Amino acid sequence: MVRTALTLPPARYEHGGDEYVFVEIDQAMSLEANFKAMTVTTALRQRAVDGVVDICPSNASYLIRVDPDRLHPADLVKELRALEESATELTSEQTLHTRVIDVPVLYDDPWTRETLMRFRDRHQDPEATDLEYAARINGFSGTGPLIEALSGAPYIVTMLGFVPGLPFCYQMVPRDRQIEVPKYVRPRTDTPERAFGYGGAFAVVYPVRGAGGYQLFGLAPAPVFDGSQTLPDFRERLVFPRPGDILRYRAIDQGEFDEVRGEVERGTFRYRIRPYDFRPADFLADPDAVTNELLEVLYR
Amino acid sequence: MSELIVHSPGLYTTVQDTGRDGHYDIGMPPSGAMDQYSYRAANLLVGNPEDAAALEATYIGPRLEFTDDRLVAVTGADAPVSRNGEPVPAWQTLAVRAGDVLSFEMITAGARIYIAVGGGVDVPEYLGSRSTYTLTGLGGHQGRKLAEGDRLPLGEAAAGGGAPREGAAVADALRPAFWEVTPVRTVVGLCSYRLTEGGTRSFLDTTWKVTKDADRVGYRLRGGTLDFIERQQPFGAGSDPANVVDLGYPVGSIQVPGGDEPIVLLNDAVTGGGYATIGTVVSADRDRIAQAKTGDQVSFEPVDLDGALAARRDRRQRLDRVRDALRS
Repeated sequence: MVRTALTLPPARYEHGGDEYVFVEIDQAMSLEANFKAMTVTTALRQRAVDGVVDICPSNASYLIRVDPDRLHPADLVKELRALEESATELTSEQTLHTRVIDVPVLYDDPWTRETLMRFRDRHQDPEATDLEYAARINGFSGTGPLIEALSGAPYIVTMLGFVPGLPFCYQMVPRDRQIEVPKYVRPRTDTPERAFGYGGAFAVVYPVRGAGGYQLFGLAPAPVFDGSQTLPDFRERLVFPRPGDILRYRAIDQGEFDEVRGEVERGTFRYRIRPYDFRPADFLADPDAVTNELLEVLYR
Repeated sequence: MSELIVHSPGLYTTVQDTGRDGHYDIGMPPSGAMDQYSYRAANLLVGNPEDAAALEATYIGPRLEFTDDRLVAVTGADAPVSRNGEPVPAWQTLAVRAGDVLSFEMITAGARIYIAVGGGVDVPEYLGSRSTYTLTGLGGHQGRKLAEGDRLPLGEAAAGGGAPREGAAVADALRPAFWEVTPVRTVVGLCSYRLTEGGTRSFLDTTWKVTKDADRVGYRLRGGTLDFIERQQPFGAGSDPANVVDLGYPVGSIQVPGGDEPIVLLNDAVTGGGYATIGTVVSADRDRIAQAKTGDQVSFEPVDLDGALAARRDRRQRLDRVRDALRS
């Protein structure tokens, strides 16, 4: 059986005023840190501790909101430390029942291009587009090969937040192939709804129009947030992504973009979703084998 | 049907209550009244449950007409209030009749006015709260700030005569103070390890000015510069020294993009992101910062967890004293 030790530095426990406990598992991003955040927060949720108001797993950390009138934040920290000590390794038996999902994206689209050109004064490289800049600093020969890399391998949703439904996605490739870009020098005041952005080592789709600091690479025709809950995928929940979902940001052309937009506007669009039992330990042992299997499951 | 008719909405008036808890994990902030003390006191003045929905007006109050007999109370920022053009006191139980109009003059201190009406504002609940969250257009009255001509449904006032009498008032000592420099108690921490010792000292010693970017999402401040410890950035964070691997932001947390513009996140907060956070305003003092307006000054006073919990208890006890005084 494959076993992967979750060898990480000791977590740091911090009080966010009287209502929050913030736990930093690691300062650097890794799937090990994210799996640990998921493991500890899942265990806490199962315990249904009175006074815990919100449980928010994030990329390499997690945040808990408590009602201090019902639960002393220091007592919560004791409980979390005990959970941390019990989550020391992953085995192949630990399975995440998740979904693999096809997410179409029009890379280098005219709408995000128009937006990013308006904010060149807040950017590291005012002479280039965000895609050109990202290609250069990541050693790609041009934007084409960068887009191929972005859409080639799937991502796992490691955190939800910023605004309702925004998925932070971490690409499922070995570290040396991961793309990394800085956030804007100063955040933009405008971002198109459904823009596909990238900051640090994370890809996102912006759920609503508004501020944002990530590099802009494209636009998704389908939403991740639907306040009216009219699309079938949103009937139960106003946001679509869930932590642990595996998303493939497939490159599409303008024709397919328009087609999907039409379906969204008619209220008939549904994401292509396949259930999948994901074994983190297997993935850490052989990432490429698992991502190949994921794409097979998604499109067969 | 009893309604509140909006003749003029003011600058930014929304329906708010105690907030929408339990959905932070999908990125849904709690929203709710920014100054919970004033909002709750307004409800107590009209005999409502403390958590009934009320109106929060920023900088400029609305003009409202009533369609039946009600109790109403105004708390929060100082702004002259009139009933049918005649001045009436704030922080007191007022009676209105059908056709009466409540109106406001310019705010003289503070930033947010609370208007509670007997029976509460009866807009539908969304995910357990009547609070407005305008960024996504959810909750409150059609998910937006009020507009001229809106008609807000009102609930039935509680039966049994438990409401205070007209003229009942909150004692001066139990009304919030407005400062020249608003002291905001803060638990330093989260990612404050990113700052140099001098950076942390500078954060606490600086008197910060509220910029024009100050709304229900957060307040951007200016007045000093904070130095970061130089480091090889950890994988995934991004190369700016203020960048961290994206993490959850507590409501009240203070982030420092660029090192010279601290942003205090408030009730409509973004729930996470990739800028280092260096501390959290204690829940009781979110009331205080909510009453600071553009151009006002704030300073951060360090407290530990015990200090934060003591501030919370103190606010609870003051509200209990308001309730007890109005009952007797």
